[in-house]
Amino acid sequence: MPPLEMPLLEYDGLRVELPGTARPILDGVTLSVAAGEAVALVGESGSGKSVTARAALGLLPSGARTGGQVRVDGTDLVGADAARLRAVRTGVASMIFQDPRAGINPVRRVGDFLTESLRLVGGRTRAEAEARALELLTAVGLPDPARHLRQYPHQLSGGMLQRVMIAGALTADPQLLLCDEPTTALDVTTQAEIMAVLGQLQRDRGLGLLLITHDLDLAAATCDRIYVMYAGRIVETGTAADLLAIPRHPYTAGLLGSSPPLEGTPGRLTPIPGAPLSLAEAASGCAFFARCRFAQPGRCDLTPPVLTSPVLTPPVPTLPVPAPAAPTLVACHRADELIEENR
Amino acid sequence: MTPGRLWAVARRLLGMALTLLATSFLVFSSLYLAPGDPASFLVRGRSASPQELAAIRHQYGFDDPFPVRYWHWLDGVLHGDFGRSYLFHQSVGEVLWSRLPATLLLVGVSTLLIAVVGIGVGIVGALRRGTRTGSAVLLLVTVGAAVPSFVAAIVLRSVLGVRLGWFPTIGNGTGVLDRLHHVVLPAIALSVTFMALVTRVTRSAMLDELRREHVEVALSRGLPRRTVIRRHVLRNALGPIVTVCGLLVSGMLVSTAIVETAFGMSGIGSLLVQSVDELDFQVVQAIVLLVVAAFVVVNTLVDLVYPLIDPRVRAAGGAR
Ligand SMILES: Nc1ncnc2c1ncn2[C@@H]1O[C@H](COP(=O)(O)OP(=O)(O)O)[C@@H](O)[C@H]1O
Ligand SMILES: [Mg+2]
Repeated sequence: MPPLEMPLLEYDGLRVELPGTARPILDGVTLSVAAGEAVALVGESGSGKSVTARAALGLLPSGARTGGQVRVDGTDLVGADAARLRAVRTGVASMIFQDPRAGINPVRRVGDFLTESLRLVGGRTRAEAEARALELLTAVGLPDPARHLRQYPHQLSGGMLQRVMIAGALTADPQLLLCDEPTTALDVTTQAEIMAVLGQLQRDRGLGLLLITHDLDLAAATCDRIYVMYAGRIVETGTAADLLAIPRHPYTAGLLGSSPPLEGTPGRLTPIPGAPLSLAEAASGCAFFARCRFAQPGRCDLTPPVLTSPVLTPPVPTLPVPAPAAPTLVACHRADELIEENR
Repeated sequence: MTPGRLWAVARRLLGMALTLLATSFLVFSSLYLAPGDPASFLVRGRSASPQELAAIRHQYGFDDPFPVRYWHWLDGVLHGDFGRSYLFHQSVGEVLWSRLPATLLLVGVSTLLIAVVGIGVGIVGALRRGTRTGSAVLLLVTVGAAVPSFVAAIVLRSVLGVRLGWFPTIGNGTGVLDRLHHVVLPAIALSVTFMALVTRVTRSAMLDELRREHVEVALSRGLPRRTVIRRHVLRNALGPIVTVCGLLVSGMLVSTAIVETAFGMSGIGSLLVQSVDELDFQVVQAIVLLVVAAFVVVNTLVDLVYPLIDPRVRAAGGAR
C-alpha cells in the first residue's frame, strides 16, 4: 500500500475473545480513520464499541485472546511492548471517556489531571505545564480556567468536567481523538455544547476522530463516515448521508427507527424487539437473526454474512457517492432484496 | 483554611476534650468502687490500729466524699500530678516517666513494622493477585491474623531467642543499639496480627482502586504503570489504610502488657500488670487514662488528617 494512503487508524480483522465466553467480543473488525477524518462507530450498548476504541490505545481486556491488527500511525498495537504503547498514547492518540466523574481522579486537583502527563512524561516544568493547561481549558470553552485548575473534580459540573477531560486528551497534542460516548453521561443542553466543542476542535486542528455513540443521528451530524456494529461485528458502513438515506442492514434501519431525529417532530419510535446478543450466546449465522423481522430460517441462520458491497445499488440521484472514498458495505444475507423494503 | 474547616477542626478538638473528661470520670469512679481498701494495703506487713488506718485515710484523702476526691485527682492530673505510687514510694509521674521510653520504643518500632511491612506486603498482594506471590500473601494474612501476640512471643523467644540465640530474650537493654536489639522480637510479637490486618486492608483497598476508570484513563494517557500505581491507586487507597493504621496503633498500648511481660521488659504494659496485681490504684488510674488518651488523640489526628487525603470529605464539612 502506498504510504500516502496509509490511514491514521486502521483495524484489520481485529478479534478479541475472552476465555469462557460463547462468542468473541470483537469478531473481525475492519475499520479505518484517515488523518483529519471524522468517523463514527454506532451500535447498541454491549456491541463492543468501547472495546474497539480502547484497542486503539492498546488497552485490551486482560486475559483476552486477540487476533488481527490495530495500526495507529503505522504501528501495530496488538502485542506491542510498553514503550511502543506509550509512544502512541503520548504522541498520537488520546481518548475521551464517557463519564468524566469516573474518569478523573476525585482526590486530585483538576490542575493535576491536566498537567501530570506533561510533567511526568512530557518533561515540562510545572509552570510550563500549567500555562499549557490554561491554554487548553480556554480552548475547550471553560470560563475562569485559573480557578478551575485549583479545584477538585467534585466542585465542577458534569459538563465542565467533560471539558476538562477533553482538555486532558489534548495535552498530548494528538492527531487522533477517540471519543467513547462523550455526551452520554450529560444532560441534553450540555450534550450539544460538548459536541460543538469537539466538532470545532476536530476541524481546527485537523484531528482524526473516532466518535463512539449509540445515536445514529448524532453520528451523521458530526461524522463523514459511519460504521454500524452489532455483536462485535461491523454490519454496515458507508458515508453518513448514504447510511441515513438508505439503511441497507435491517439493524441500521432499526437504529434509525428507534431514535428521535435531531430536528423536526419526532415520529413514531419503534424500538428494535428483543435484546442484543450477550457474550454467552453464539450465533451460527447472522447474529441479528433472532431480532430481525426479515430473517429467513434456513438461509440467514446458517453462515455469518460477510461484509460486501450490495449488488443492486439503487440510484440515488440527489446524493452522488464518491465511489472509491467510501463504498457502502453491508453484512446481510438478504441485503440485495431488502433495500426497497428498508426505506 | 476556610472558616467552615476551622469550625470542623475546633468541633473535633472539643469532642476529644470531652471524651477525655468523661474517660477520666469513668476511670476514677471504677477504681473508687473497686473492692479493697487502699489504706489497709498501705500498712500491709505491719499491724495497724483503727486509729492509724483512719489517720492514713485522712492523710491520703480517702475519707473525703467522692466528688471532692475526683476533683482533687482531676486537678492534679491537669497539672501533671497523678498522685503517689504506694508500691514504688514515688510520684506516679516519675514511675511512668521511667517506664515510658521502653514502651514508646516498642510501640514506635511496631508502628514502623505495621506501616512498612503491612502496607508493603498489601501492595504486593494486590498487584500480584492471581499469581503464586499473591496466594502466598493471602496465606500470610490468614495465618498472621490468627496468631495471638502471646503465642507469637513464646515462639519467637524460644526459636530466635533461645534456640538460635540471635536475639536477647529478656530485659530492655542499655544503649541505643542494645535497646533496639532487645526490642526486635517483642515488636514483631506485638505487631504480627496488626500487620496482617493492615495487609488485608491495603490489599483490598488497592484492588478497589485498581478497578477505577480513572486508572485506565491515566494509563491511556501514557503514564508509566508505576506512576499510575503510586499517584492514583495507592494515593486513593490511603483513606482506609490510614484509618485502620490509626485504630491499630492507638490501641497498641494495651497489647504491650502481654508482650512486655512475656519478654521481661520494664515498660508501661508490664507496669500495668504489676500495679493491678498489687492494687497500686493511682498507677492503674494513670495508665488507663494514658491508654485511652493515646487512643482518642491518635484517632482524632487521623480524623483531622483525613480531609487532606480525601477532599470530598472536606466538602461535607470535615465529618465522615
Ligand atoms: N474487560 C472486560 N472484561 C470482560 N468483559 C468485557 C470487558 N470489556 C468489555 N466486556 C464485554 O464485552 C462486550 C462489549 O462491551 P463494550 O465494548 O463495553 O460495549 P459497548 O461499548 O458497545 O457498550 C460486553 O458484553 C462487555 O460485557
Ligand atoms: Mg461503551
